[in-house]
Amino acid sequence: MKSAVLVEGVTKKFKTVTALSNVSLKISEGELFGIIGADGAGKTTLFRILCTLMLADEGRAEVLGLDSLKDYRGIRSRIGYMPGRFSLYTDLSVEENLKFFATVFNTTVEENYELIADIYTQLEPFKKRMAGQLSGGMKQKLALCCALIHRPDLLLLDEPTTGVDAVSRREFWQMLGRLKEQEITILVSTPYMDEASLCDRVAFLQDGTILAVDTPAGITGLFTAPLFAVRANDKHKLLTHLRSYPHAGSVYAFGSTVHYADSRSSISTEEIEAYLLDSELQDIKIEKIEPGIEDTFMALMKTDKENLHE
Amino acid sequence: MKEWSSFVGFVVKEFYHIFRDRRTAAILFGMPVIQLLLFGYAIRNEIQEVKIGIADLSRDAVSQAITDKLLSSGTFVLIKNLQSPAEIEGAFRSGAMSEAIVFEPASGKEIQREGSMDIQVITDGSDPNVSRIVTGYTASVVRDYLSEAATTIGAPKGVVPVPLMMFNPGLKSVYLFVPGLMALILMLVSALMTSISITREKESGTMEVLLVSSLRPIQIIVGKVVPYFLLSFINVVSILVIASLVFGVPCRGSVVLLMAESLLFIITALSLGMFISTITGSQQVAMMISLGGLLLPTILLSGFIFPVASMPLPLQVISNVIPAKWYLIIVRAIMLKGASFAVLWQETLVLAVMTVVLIGASLRNFSERLQ
Repeated sequence: MKSAVLVEGVTKKFKTVTALSNVSLKISEGELFGIIGADGAGKTTLFRILCTLMLADEGRAEVLGLDSLKDYRGIRSRIGYMPGRFSLYTDLSVEENLKFFATVFNTTVEENYELIADIYTQLEPFKKRMAGQLSGGMKQKLALCCALIHRPDLLLLDEPTTGVDAVSRREFWQMLGRLKEQEITILVSTPYMDEASLCDRVAFLQDGTILAVDTPAGITGLFTAPLFAVRANDKHKLLTHLRSYPHAGSVYAFGSTVHYADSRSSISTEEIEAYLLDSELQDIKIEKIEPGIEDTFMALMKTDKENLHE
Repeated sequence: MKEWSSFVGFVVKEFYHIFRDRRTAAILFGMPVIQLLLFGYAIRNEIQEVKIGIADLSRDAVSQAITDKLLSSGTFVLIKNLQSPAEIEGAFRSGAMSEAIVFEPASGKEIQREGSMDIQVITDGSDPNVSRIVTGYTASVVRDYLSEAATTIGAPKGVVPVPLMMFNPGLKSVYLFVPGLMALILMLVSALMTSISITREKESGTMEVLLVSSLRPIQIIVGKVVPYFLLSFINVVSILVIASLVFGVPCRGSVVLLMAESLLFIITALSLGMFISTITGSQQVAMMISLGGLLLPTILLSGFIFPVASMPLPLQVISNVIPAKWYLIIVRAIMLKGASFAVLWQETLVLAVMTVVLIGASLRNFSERLQ
């Protein structure tokens, strides 16, 4: 399959900060690809390089088979870019924003209406409202419509769901799923790890370096240590107690429970329970669980940090 | 054809921005009219109803005739008959009057005997502008009297200058302000507004999206500039219409030439605004540069209010790079002196060169990427 995005050894520095260091990526056509990373991991810089708004210091990028340096104009007219910040005109109405972006891409709203119809019908009741007065979720839907109006081959969405409520987030991802069926390649970044499982493949970005690229299932497959969900009456005490256990791997709070990974390959719940009983903790419940994406990411982050410190 | 329609769409969007923001619309359309009326009515250099005191120690036909002539001119109002010169200082201190005139005892006899007499004119020097104008008026009234009375008291001796103010015999200050105001408003509308509207897009992040569109940078810049170009031109026309209908300011030269020169100046100002927006990404900085770097020099150094010739040399040199200075020379020459292009080609050339340099610098600075 042809690759929609090809990044080879891209490095970008800002004065003293290295935003991206030696990043390589390959995204196939028609993929829904997620870039997961905390704030400041370098997601926005990577997006800006891909949409040709920034130049890499080292390495090269190819978007839709075009060189990002030489053919930047060709790339610009074929991608839909939605920046992390809300970047529509707040003093223009919903309808006017959409019309404006259609005209600057030399098209009309009618021409590609079926592509956005599904999303735009939700905005239709508010089409006379100024974009600045929309709710967060509505703003993102409008921005998505505007980025889609010229039927791009590649959609670059930089943190589209940040600051959006849970219901709107779910709806947004459903829309992305439907767009994928229209054979549009989608590259989306998010700080929410639960959204990673909704992508075809994900890349973990941490401090400008890619830690892993795989399918969500493949990513969780990287996690080999036995994992337990532990509950007790005092979560804080439980955390410190488990961390001082000599065989402890990664230990971190996960909702109301604590996820505990053991460094030994085979271990039973009884052994951990026996260790915890020595403490003053009560209502202890231990359960063996399958690792999720977040567990893997935490483990990857931990080993990455340890490698750095060595 | 499609490129054209996307450009038109962009310009239409700019007009939405302008008309939906009340402040912008108010600055664009309210300011020119308000400023013109302010300058035309309230702010004047002419002096009227100057309060004077007269200490007539001579009390004869000559002193009486001069007093009558002073008071009948309408410029002076007698508020106090002073009994002795000693009262003058107190009256000045209280601010009751701006000028005192003292006729020496027996001055009427003196002029008939010796052909000359002394009149002392004392003014309140704490306001130098008023003092200077008031003394000038008084002197000319006295001169008038002398020439009229030449038959009865004998012709005055010596050289008598006879001034004539060509092009503006009444020395009306509105003639001076209209060209200056045009320069000021065009600077404000064109340079300030364009630089703010471009930096606003940079600040809000919409520039990012525009750059990643099919629009070419030149379309973005020209699209930003076109609305302000049209509005500025409307402003020029309305200022000229108000100036001529309300204040009777003439346009003695060619109106077409005046319009053409104004269009050139608008383009100069627009390219200045463009240039400012390429060196900063913040509306605040753009506004500071436009106000501090453009408006103040336009008011103070262009010759609008203070004559360039009376400035210290360093300021005179600086005034040469201020586009408004050249535009002012052009507008005054066309409107008041009826000058033709043959006289003004040098000033026009200066403006044209400035414009080309600014546009070149802006295009070089405009980045198709983010810094």
